[in-house]
Amino acid sequence: MFGAFDYQVVIRNLHLLWDGMQITFLLTGVAIVGGILFGTILALMRLSRFMVLSFLAGRYVDAFRSTPLILVIFWFYFAVPIVVGRPIGDLYSVLIAFTLFEAAYYSEIIRAGIQSIRMPQIHAGLALGLTRWQTTKTIVLPQAFRNMVPVLLTQAIVLFQDTSLVYVVGLKDFLTAADLVAARDNRVVELYLFTAVVYFILCWLGSLLVRRLQRQYAI
Amino acid sequence: MIEVDKLSKWYGDFQVLDQCSTSVAKGEVVVICGPSGSGKSTLIKCINGLEPFQQGVITVNGVSVGAEGTDLPKLRASIGMVFQNFELFPHMTVLDNICLAQTKVLNRDHIEAGERAMQLLNRVGLADQAPKHPAQLSGGQQQRVAIARALAMDPIAMLFDEPTSALDPEMINEVLDVMVALAQDGMTMMVVTHEMGFARKVADRVVFMDDGRIEEDAKTDEFFGAPRGERAQLFLSKILTH
Repeated sequence: MFGAFDYQVVIRNLHLLWDGMQITFLLTGVAIVGGILFGTILALMRLSRFMVLSFLAGRYVDAFRSTPLILVIFWFYFAVPIVVGRPIGDLYSVLIAFTLFEAAYYSEIIRAGIQSIRMPQIHAGLALGLTRWQTTKTIVLPQAFRNMVPVLLTQAIVLFQDTSLVYVVGLKDFLTAADLVAARDNRVVELYLFTAVVYFILCWLGSLLVRRLQRQYAI
Repeated sequence: MIEVDKLSKWYGDFQVLDQCSTSVAKGEVVVICGPSGSGKSTLIKCINGLEPFQQGVITVNGVSVGAEGTDLPKLRASIGMVFQNFELFPHMTVLDNICLAQTKVLNRDHIEAGERAMQLLNRVGLADQAPKHPAQLSGGQQQRVAIARALAMDPIAMLFDEPTSALDPEMINEVLDVMVALAQDGMTMMVVTHEMGFARKVADRVVFMDDGRIEEDAKTDEFFGAPRGERAQLFLSKILTH
């Protein structure tokens, strides 16, 4: 374990690490898309005139935001098969857990984005004869998402890092793959260093993109 | 065409409109003036149902605005509205701003909507600006596009909420010129404005509001010749002496 530094071990096992990275990308991608879609619905419910919808969405967001992600992953891993009545596999339980968890965070970002659109813009849509839903869809949401892009991406970067928590249910993401190789070949330092560098580079590129978009969208 | 009968409105405990009654006949131009906070904007936003009200009746072309079951989107589509800060949709081109409601509300196809839009842009002198985004236009140009957008719905009446208050002085006239032409074409108009020159030129009547009440509702020359109320006299002396 403390022998000479051997970077070859990383190269020899690149295919295993790449398999893990694909799981990480899949998780991140599904959780972003699912989280934003469901988060938008939650945000619209929360801002709805109907008290019941607003109340339900509010409690949902509170519940997920006050629970550690690792617990949510655990709970879904054990609970979903019981609810569904059959095992669904670690990948699906984790995909569901991440989507539902991220939706709570995304909904708060989206709610703030929607609220950043001034009332007279909504009045302008309504005054033209558009319905409330048409106004929301064609005037409020497109502008809100434009304002939100940098914040949504920042959340995506956090999410990308958080996917490493799936090691608790044994799903082979990038970090778990590296961990397995490290234990098998007794090369902990090399592999943990490599994973750290990969996470850093990807997140750093992401934040560069955020900064660029922030400048671009700044009014 | 527009009848307002004993309209009252409260924001919580605060009364913003107090028993306001007035009417606008077809083809008539009515200017509403008064100090800020007097309820002028609130009054015209009640007419197309953008602001709810608690008492009184408003009818537009025989349709009661506040009644339950009134198809508000349909009613609003028939009344054009122009806002103080233009309120063009910043994420759409000028052309799309004018086509949006034509296609979504009136179900015109894109070609028909586009032709109508270009026709109206020509009328307000901005045909060459069609592909631009609102942020690339001056305030005066944006407000003229906003007028074209409202006219594209072929409204039976137009409401203007301080259409020149947010404009730099050199741009006020280009917007007023469009409004004067519209008035001379016979459009039914209700205009909240402090532009007394405009009122004198095209208004049939002037309504003066103060503290949520309609204090004066008179033919234009009567209003400017000899306003009856003390408050209207004071208001006029203040804005005409500069």
